[in-house]
Amino acid sequence: MRSDRQNRAPMGLKIAAAAGLLFLHLPILLIFVYAFTTEEKSYQWPPPGYTIKWLGVTWNRPDVWESLALSVKVAAISTLIAIVLGTLCAAAVSRWRFFGREAISLLVILPIALPGIITGIALRSAFNLADIPFSTWTIVLGHATFCIVVVYNNAVARFRRLSTSLIEASMDLGADGFQTFRYIVLPNLATALLAGGMLAFALSFDEVIVTTFTAGHQATLPIWMLEELVRPRQRPVTNVVAMVVVLVTFLPILAAYYLTRDGDQIGGHGK
Amino acid sequence: MTVQAAIVSPKRVGPAGELSDSLWRNPRFLLLLLLTPPLLWLGVIYLGSLFALLAQSFFSIDEFSGLINREPTLKTYRELFVPANLDILIRTVSMAAMVTIAAAAVAFPVAYFAARYATGRWKAVFYLGIMLPLWSSYLVKVYAWKLILAKEGILNWLVGKLHLTWLLDAYLQAPLIGGNSLSVSYTGTFLVFLYVWLPFMILPVQASLERVPASLIEASGDLGAAPGQTLRHVLLPLALPGIVAGSIFTFSLTLGDYIIPQIIGSSRLFIGQAVYAHQGTAGNIPLAAAFTVVPVLIMGIYLYAAKRLGAFDAL
Repeated sequence: MRSDRQNRAPMGLKIAAAAGLLFLHLPILLIFVYAFTTEEKSYQWPPPGYTIKWLGVTWNRPDVWESLALSVKVAAISTLIAIVLGTLCAAAVSRWRFFGREAISLLVILPIALPGIITGIALRSAFNLADIPFSTWTIVLGHATFCIVVVYNNAVARFRRLSTSLIEASMDLGADGFQTFRYIVLPNLATALLAGGMLAFALSFDEVIVTTFTAGHQATLPIWMLEELVRPRQRPVTNVVAMVVVLVTFLPILAAYYLTRDGDQIGGHGK
Repeated sequence: MTVQAAIVSPKRVGPAGELSDSLWRNPRFLLLLLLTPPLLWLGVIYLGSLFALLAQSFFSIDEFSGLINREPTLKTYRELFVPANLDILIRTVSMAAMVTIAAAAVAFPVAYFAARYATGRWKAVFYLGIMLPLWSSYLVKVYAWKLILAKEGILNWLVGKLHLTWLLDAYLQAPLIGGNSLSVSYTGTFLVFLYVWLPFMILPVQASLERVPASLIEASGDLGAAPGQTLRHVLLPLALPGIVAGSIFTFSLTLGDYIIPQIIGSSRLFIGQAVYAHQGTAGNIPLAAAFTVVPVLIMGIYLYAAKRLGAFDAL
């Protein structure tokens, strides 16, 4: 039996939790204000005036579009590679016990457990040693490496829930291995792969540390932003790009939340 | 072949069917088939380049010609312990430690509230309130802090409105943590690190606190413990694996970051910046490689200790 008093949070805890959340969100909200400021040369607060002029200016900037296109391309290819490799790995690890199984799960996690700069510099020096010129594909190679783990994690969790008797039943009913994969395994795996793929895409889309080492002269959107941060050329354009990036990353997260919300409630996560 | 046998084991037809049958009979071959592509990618390309990098740390650079001498030597490692380089190592590790401690302190109340008191709509608010900053762009977050900490920015404006400029000035006068302005001080770097990695700490701490039954806390209170004592003797020990799990992220990410101290901070180098400078313009790959060995070693020890504390169950 619980008394009401114990179910209510102490005031101090409430304030500390609220302060923590505000600390996480106020800086991002600030980005939205700055995207509409009339001030061009400094980061003056409060903004002297508001305008939507910079939205149009940014829209007409070819370099922003080019780097956006490259980012989307790299993220899409890396996500595809990560989905294939991550699923294969997850299938092997969850279906069989074999020598080196633990080592494989460690190997998959390693690219994100080690600081990004190590992955970056290791790949760069390997490209140099092997005389591989920098291109879109060298960027993809780096991104896919650390994207595998998010797909792998999602797929392993789903394989664990997928009962083997389901697969055996399919085989007993006369389906061959490929049909079983097509009609039984894949539909069961689909939402996990979708979620993993979305996270992988977001991870790749936002990556900057590894990319600086594997990109050569091409600029993905994060590289473009980094250059603007180090050597600002047109601050209002950077402000607008920052706001758009925030909006673009918020939508998939919200979508993923509303897609998985019902399942969580059925699963008894509620208190 | 009798009719019965045909029913019990119908033969698959076509090349796909035969292939499927032979894979079923040879699971080891199927396993090999599944594992080869990811192992080629991660084991050969990734681990290969990692070891190639580590190997290069045993080379040395000729000081006169600037060429890399490919004879194994420990000379480059000795160079790590030159006072200037040792300073970089100490600076980075202490920053990582400070950020980790602060992140744990800020994360705990948020995680505890979300795990124990938030229900229904508030649960969703907390969930999204942590996930959105976690997934929003790293560079945008750093950029936001450049706006906040700028001389003409919102923080200085706020301090001025509150008539506390003297306090901020006095703080900036302090050695080590101060500087010309917040955006070129260690305090600025620290704040940005704390902000950017905080969600990585909240999530595992919350996961570990979710598993603490409410009755346990009530029992502690019934047995006469003050709230502070319950926190100290019941909650913190149970949350520790989560805190350690979160600290893996905050520590490792701070160790390897070279962008935040470059954009917001004093011009004194961190490990990441040193690596970047040595491999780039200086062309001293051996020293850059030797520098990267430090975070690898630290994280190796850290992960081993964390595993013994059971931190991986909280992930």
